[in-house]
Amino acid sequence: MSGMDLLFTWIAAGLTLAIFSFLYRDNPFYKFAEHIYVGSAAAYWFIYLWFFDVKPKLIDAWISNTGFERYILIVPAFLSFLMLLRFIPKVAWLSRWAIAFTVGMGAGLGITGAIQGYIVPQVKAGMLPLWTGQWGNSLNYIILVVSTVTTLVYFFFSKEHKGGLGFLAKVGIMFIMIAFGASFGSTIMARISLLIGRLYFLFHDWLHLV
Amino acid sequence: MFLTLALGLLISQTTPDTLTPPPLIPLPVTHVRAYDKPNDDGGAIVVEWELSPMDSLITKYEIFRLEGSPDAEPVSAGFVLRGTTKFEDVGVQNGKPYYYFVRSWLNSEYMDSEITSEPAIASAQWFHRGRLNALIILVFFVGVLLYFLQRAKSGGELYIRRIAGLEAIDDAVGRSTELGRPILFVLGLEPISNIATLAGLAILKRVAYKAAQYGTKLIVPCFDPVVYVAAQEVTKEGYTEAGRPDLYNEGDVFFLSYDQFGYAAGVDGIMVRERPGAVFLQGYFYAESLILAETGNSIGAIQISGTTAVTQLPFFIAATDYTLIGEEMYAASAYLSKDPLSLATIKGEDLVKLIFILLFLLGSILETISLLTGADLHFLTRFFTTY
Repeated sequence: MSGMDLLFTWIAAGLTLAIFSFLYRDNPFYKFAEHIYVGSAAAYWFIYLWFFDVKPKLIDAWISNTGFERYILIVPAFLSFLMLLRFIPKVAWLSRWAIAFTVGMGAGLGITGAIQGYIVPQVKAGMLPLWTGQWGNSLNYIILVVSTVTTLVYFFFSKEHKGGLGFLAKVGIMFIMIAFGASFGSTIMARISLLIGRLYFLFHDWLHLV
Repeated sequence: MFLTLALGLLISQTTPDTLTPPPLIPLPVTHVRAYDKPNDDGGAIVVEWELSPMDSLITKYEIFRLEGSPDAEPVSAGFVLRGTTKFEDVGVQNGKPYYYFVRSWLNSEYMDSEITSEPAIASAQWFHRGRLNALIILVFFVGVLLYFLQRAKSGGELYIRRIAGLEAIDDAVGRSTELGRPILFVLGLEPISNIATLAGLAILKRVAYKAAQYGTKLIVPCFDPVVYVAAQEVTKEGYTEAGRPDLYNEGDVFFLSYDQFGYAAGVDGIMVRERPGAVFLQGYFYAESLILAETGNSIGAIQISGTTAVTQLPFFIAATDYTLIGEEMYAASAYLSKDPLSLATIKGEDLVKLIFILLFLLGSILETISLLTGADLHFLTRFFTTY
């Protein structure tokens, strides 16, 4: 390991311990690591966005393209310029145009994306035969159909959840909670692997104990 | 001894020539045809063929493209493995005619198919015919929304059931005020084009309105620069609507970091130093959700979370006091404002949900009958097939 590698390993280990120290309580070491993290992340993303967004997609594209493909770039450049007008209080309201464009575009894409990507495949996947000739399969399909329908009932806002509707909504929330429980467990396992990764760095790369 | 060696030498020199079979020449593929890839934005041609009768021995099929005429210089467009009858050539230009042939390789030997008789020309299509179902659903959905909007305009009563998480917003702001502590609002990590972020902004406006009424400080650290600008606008609007624009402090709504865990570390720091009485986590979250929710819990703040991120909802349910699950967040804007036009959109969504419930049940019954009787009743599943 070179001298620089050793130095950076010690810095990384020190910052890891400083972040871990938050488990005890807020302290100057955590504050120090937090401010370095936030500051360096800001610098990193500034450089990243410049070299992977602004430069290739606007400046380089303007130079290399011709005709329509070149002049269409005026639209995002103009909207970006409007965002910068926030620094001039008298015309700061113009930045709303850029925000309105982004929100409208996001909502429009979201609607078609949701229909094509979620609703249509989900409805098809939910239309399952309730009896297949095999008990196991049939039970599985019945659970899937019942859970889908009752979950939809839970998200029904037009009527108070009372009586039959209330019963179906309760069954629905029960299925939701079972699904969340399974998701919770599997995600926790993934988080533990992250912790193991960090501990391995400390005990292997830094202390050479394992 | 000498005779044996000489005989052995003779055998070793003659055996390979007599035992080596002649090279096996592969039979070509047949019925090669090329056509413009349907429902795309151009720049692609599909080449199809029928397999060589020796397909099980074939090493690979190589597809050649001839630009302009069948006599042009062939250019390799790509390879596919044996057993494959289709290739998508994405190295073509729109409007130019292309001819194709397929070369069947068997180790180092090959045989070419006939060149396609008709040229294929790539072009872009305005409409994806395979997604007609999505268009029909969209048009129907818009129609339902317009109907309920019209009903709302004409003064019809629109009832929405109680949503506990949203009812608790005013209480949380009130509690924070009583404790003399600020309110912290986190909008998640997604950009403003995400619907969950938009829903979070709608809730932020209500919280800002209430905070202004009570004179409580509202802190909004932002992850995304555009969301930060929108959050400033929304907060300012909330304060103005409450009649207290003087209380709005632009510095309380600020950009923190564009790095996921840098942001989480920063928000945690704000939580333990400012000790807010109420924490709102409303938007789209990732792995930082539990870090934020647990820190909020450790400082004793009342927490109201909401997200559409299915993988993060379990953490919010476990660590916060109230959670808006998925669509409850989307309903927030209409629910909080009680505006008839916004409520009409919820009504429209509910009707569509009801129709989908009926479709699920009908589809399942039809699939069951199809399976038991052999009748072709799959028209509903066919309609909902995506391409």
